[in-house]
Amino acid sequence: MTTTLERPAPPAPAAPAARGGSTLTGTWSLIRFILRRDRVRLTVWTVLIVMFYAYFTAALGLMSDTPGALEARGALMETPAGIVMGGPGYGIDNYTVGASMANEGTVWMVLALSIMSILHVVRHTRAEEESSRSELVRAAVVGRHAPAVAAVVTLVLVNVVIALVSALAMTGAGGIDELPMADSLGMTVGVALSSIVFGAIALVLSQLSEHGRGATGLSLAVFGLAFAIQVAGNLREIPGGTTLSWFSPIAWAQQTRAFVDLRWWPMALSVVAILLLLWLAAILASRRDFGGGMIATRKGRADAKASLRGPFALAWTQQRMALLWSCLGLGLMWFATGTLIPDIGTMVGDLVSENPAMAALFGDDPSTFATGFLGVIVLYAVLCCAAYAIVMAARPKAEETAGRLEIALARPVSRGRWLGAQLSVATLGAVVLTAVSVYALWFGAVVVGESEPGFGPYSEVFLAQLPAVLVYLGFVAALFAWAPRLTGLGWALLGYTFFIGFFGPLIEDMPDAAHYLSPLYWVPEAFVEDFDGVAFVGLLAVAAVLYALAFVGFRRRDVVTT
Amino acid sequence: MTTTPSGAAAGAPAIEIHDLHKSFGPVKALDGLELAVTHGQVAGFLGPNGAGKSTTIRVLLGLLRKDSGNVRLLGGDPWRDAVALHRRLAYVPGDVSLWPNLSGGEAIDYLTRLRGTVDKRRKAELLERFELDPTKKARTYSKGNRQKVALVAAFMAEVDLLVLDEPTSGLDPLMESVFMDYVREAKDRGTSVLLSSHILSEVEKVCDTVTIIRAGRSVESGTLDQLRHLTRSAVTTVVTGDPAGLAVLPGVHDVQTTTVEEGTRVTFDVDNADIGGVLTALSAMGVHSFTAAPPSLEELFMRHYGDELAQEEAAAKHAADAAEPGARSRAGAR
Ligand SMILES: Nc1ncnc2c1ncn2[C@@H]1O[C@H](COP(=O)(O)OP(=O)(O)OP(=O)(O)O)[C@@H](O)[C@H]1O
Ligand SMILES: [Mg+2]
Repeated sequence: MTTTLERPAPPAPAAPAARGGSTLTGTWSLIRFILRRDRVRLTVWTVLIVMFYAYFTAALGLMSDTPGALEARGALMETPAGIVMGGPGYGIDNYTVGASMANEGTVWMVLALSIMSILHVVRHTRAEEESSRSELVRAAVVGRHAPAVAAVVTLVLVNVVIALVSALAMTGAGGIDELPMADSLGMTVGVALSSIVFGAIALVLSQLSEHGRGATGLSLAVFGLAFAIQVAGNLREIPGGTTLSWFSPIAWAQQTRAFVDLRWWPMALSVVAILLLLWLAAILASRRDFGGGMIATRKGRADAKASLRGPFALAWTQQRMALLWSCLGLGLMWFATGTLIPDIGTMVGDLVSENPAMAALFGDDPSTFATGFLGVIVLYAVLCCAAYAIVMAARPKAEETAGRLEIALARPVSRGRWLGAQLSVATLGAVVLTAVSVYALWFGAVVVGESEPGFGPYSEVFLAQLPAVLVYLGFVAALFAWAPRLTGLGWALLGYTFFIGFFGPLIEDMPDAAHYLSPLYWVPEAFVEDFDGVAFVGLLAVAAVLYALAFVGFRRRDVVTT
Repeated sequence: MTTTPSGAAAGAPAIEIHDLHKSFGPVKALDGLELAVTHGQVAGFLGPNGAGKSTTIRVLLGLLRKDSGNVRLLGGDPWRDAVALHRRLAYVPGDVSLWPNLSGGEAIDYLTRLRGTVDKRRKAELLERFELDPTKKARTYSKGNRQKVALVAAFMAEVDLLVLDEPTSGLDPLMESVFMDYVREAKDRGTSVLLSSHILSEVEKVCDTVTIIRAGRSVESGTLDQLRHLTRSAVTTVVTGDPAGLAVLPGVHDVQTTTVEEGTRVTFDVDNADIGGVLTALSAMGVHSFTAAPPSLEELFMRHYGDELAQEEAAAKHAADAAEPGARSRAGAR
């Protein structure tokens, strides 16, 4: 008697590509779809990058008004620290605005654009495939390679636009005499091509890894490797670097010698690499299944370890790998930076004794310049720790939107206990990472025989900076509890701090209140000012209030999925 | 109330919801919802997409905060007493998402340990019956297999109440029947069950009572038999007299006539409540043959889901009927 209600039939399987169709059918509509979907995103990237080019150029132009300043900068770029932060040093003997721009700016522009390229490619290929959205798209009349090709085409398009506009902006900001158009293009196009190389690498890795996050992580790791190769190669010989440098795609942009003695052919290396990588990606893509990867996922345990008991244990297993890699990566980086500290002091000392005009720039006392440099490094290190804190404090939101929070809370687990577990693991990680960063810097200096400042001052710096890091954590946690959609504001606070910290002093008429919003404003300047107990307690209190707000808010609100 | 699981407040229903309202901004998800489940009963909870089933369940679990209304769960307040109540219930969401770095077996152990200890024998049995490989990482499970992980975790321990939100939407028919076995097993132990679904056959197989909701309101509720009483029967009859008078009788719909050898064949639908009057009228017309088909739940379901205005009105009428105490006695569970 009873008939069963038919379940809705699953969507029809992908029709074989339509008449005359190929594996590329539908590429054009996908391209338009990507451009429409990402119009804001891509516009913001373009504007930011172009502004960076223009800002650097203008800042260097201002600097060149001071006699000897560029020359001193050139000398600085010959030191190991300079090489790490800059490039192969073309034109440092006669350092012009353009030479400085190309030597120091290239690697950072490649970094910024490569991050954009990697995110773009993974977003439109692997991440899309991972969610079921792409399945819907594929089921329509769309060829197998169409999504990847659409991602690459839009990537090239954006990079070309950025390169052209940036070249105009640079020449515009620096003047056509100082920065000829051809050289500007030489720099920006070289940078764009290197960035596309990393985008293509991301495409290959997207075929290998099953998960978008894995593909992004691997691609960034490849960038880190390319960065290290380039530094190692350049450290041995300046200007120009060694053969080793040429193994890094970053070098292919640096070696155009823009504004010094422009040559175009290194870019051909990028073009060849891009074509080879795309070919490799196509081969891999044809061999694998939709949704599958090449790196097989390992089997897991049938039973949980006895220690996996309770939300704290779970939060720890979720966050420990990220903590481990952050500690290793950042620890090594700050250790390496620490080993460079003595060079800074010696170099400035030589410079000042040779050329008294330099004293105006660096001060009379070389040791203060070294500590000034240290202060900037500490600022970078703390910003990295704050970024870690922001990422980890946003983990609860990911748990919630994925629906895992719901299953946990449907068990006898109170909201306070669950959030407490997440936040205490995040806090623990932030404390450990801050300690590792600061003491790695100290240890690097000790290894090369730099015993001043000693362990004591470094510990003071660690203690003074820690509450600020926790303020970022608490801020994101409170946002998660009261306005989960706005957790992204944590990044805005970090960006604001960065801006105020580095550019604030340059801007006249900046109201004091603008500084107060930056948690790091309240931290005494590292190695220069004394430890400030009031600031320490004050920041700690702010962090505590934010944590408390998080718990109060989270207990009151709805748990939402999707 | 014969089966009262230990620890439950005596006499209190497992679930009792009265006039529940919940909005998300401008969206009214629940608009005066009524729902009751007595102890030891398996209650079906039916409604089309977006009707508010999951929202109701999330309110019951203390995940969402009600705007207004009365909600009691196992004699307690689902928001305030969440932790204590969750010791006594198990929940399976419709769309299960698991921790990417854990295997299915680890996820089951983790969830089970949040309440108590893991009974290895029971776990092995459930894994075997559900044909689930516990060593796969969560990301590599299909939708159905993720759902099985949640089902195994839910059936691991004896609880007073099972809350299941479309638990079989990803299961194949074989697994569905395994699932039904476990629901029956739980019922035999005295566990109450709230089972939300779109699938009637599923509800019909195991449920004692059914509540149908639409747009955040209950439109129908009662035992399966009671619901059939509320609905229409399809009548086909051949009469020798003039059937014109039938169409004006109360409760008669869609009258169609055809002339046949024996007289006139009449087909129509009649509200079961009005069938007496119709029979009296028919006998005056000289009945040659007569068949009346009881409505399938299918029809019942379609009527509440159909989009035509007339059906809308019918639904509203029945909602009004359902509000009368007499039409809605829920105590009569077997
Ligand atoms: N977090 C939310 N924010 C806004 N609207 C929501 C939210 N959750 C649910 N809704 C809305 O509430 C209504 C009821 O949703 P609910 O998920 O309870 O339906 P359902 O009966 O479970 O449907 P389905 O059968 O598709 O699972 C829908 O209109 C939905 O769009
Ligand atoms: Mg639902």
